[in-house]
Amino acid sequence: MGLLTNLKDSISRVTDGLFAADEPKRIGIYGPPNAGKTTLANRIARDWTGDAVGPESHIPHETRRARRKENVEIERNGRKVTIDIVDTPGVTTKVDYKEFLDHDMDKDDAVRRSREATEGVAEAMHWLREDVDGVIYVLDSTTDPFTQVNTMLIGIIESQDLPALILANKTDLPGSDVQQIANAFPQHETIPLSALEGENMDEVYTKIAEYFG
Amino acid sequence: MPGPTPDVDDDAPSDDSDDGVRIDMISGARMDGLTGMEKIRLILDGVRDGNIVILEEGLSPDEESKLIEVTMTEISPDDFTGIEIETYPKAKAGDQSFLDKLMGRKSTQKLTVIGPANQIETLHKDENLISTLVSRK
Repeated sequence: MGLLTNLKDSISRVTDGLFAADEPKRIGIYGPPNAGKTTLANRIARDWTGDAVGPESHIPHETRRARRKENVEIERNGRKVTIDIVDTPGVTTKVDYKEFLDHDMDKDDAVRRSREATEGVAEAMHWLREDVDGVIYVLDSTTDPFTQVNTMLIGIIESQDLPALILANKTDLPGSDVQQIANAFPQHETIPLSALEGENMDEVYTKIAEYFG
Repeated sequence: MPGPTPDVDDDAPSDDSDDGVRIDMISGARMDGLTGMEKIRLILDGVRDGNIVILEEGLSPDEESKLIEVTMTEISPDDFTGIEIETYPKAKAGDQSFLDKLMGRKSTQKLTVIGPANQIETLHKDENLISTLVSRK
């Protein structure tokens, strides 16, 4: 039964790929809050379309709705790859409005932000199960990658057989440790970058074309 | 065979005392008979009561994804701020048996600790040790 199911899934994936070869792939940008997902989404969108995806902020959960930038054409080595970028809210298992009170918000604003954040995380999980063709997983290279959220999300992505590119962001900051991320997820390739400064974006685009083209 | 609405409170004494923290250790056999949503309900009902839930065999990635999603829908200000969850890292694919690989089976067996986010704090975690600080409500 397992063999038959796997065979059927494999055939389905191949035929889907043949018939949808020209369709843009939906690539979800995932990761914990404040990893720099929106900064990366904006960097990619600005580099290839001239537009941004959404506002960036140092306050956690600035992105509270999945936002899509469609038909981003990336050219690499004479090859053109078209993707839809889906910038998702940072995934977490807990949201406490009191944490926002430290960012000059009154209680009403903090409660509203936390409510929107929880809806956004639920939406992001739904997208991951149903609506993305590949994942760019963004981590802050100045923080410990051995967190439960990272472990669970990478496990979920792997269980769906989605192609995943792991990016070690914020290499411009002191304390950045790319090797720590590579050690945490040795089964995946880790690409260092600073989305804010635009460092190493050439390699990022080459890998996007390679993984999702 | 567990019933359709699982409840670990069936034979347990009341836990409404402020004297301690209740820990429910749920066997893999108990979870085996439940649907994904029943497992999530069993976990969240316990955690929302302030209990620590320990699963002998953990959840599948899909169930973990749904646990996060359902947790988010239940968070409410000054009441429930979410969950803290810890598992040992999943065994590497190389550790799977040949038959498991051939049949596409992926082992999800991993001891998992879940508790209310405002009562459980992870002090240390590595491949062989999860150390947590549990406080009363």
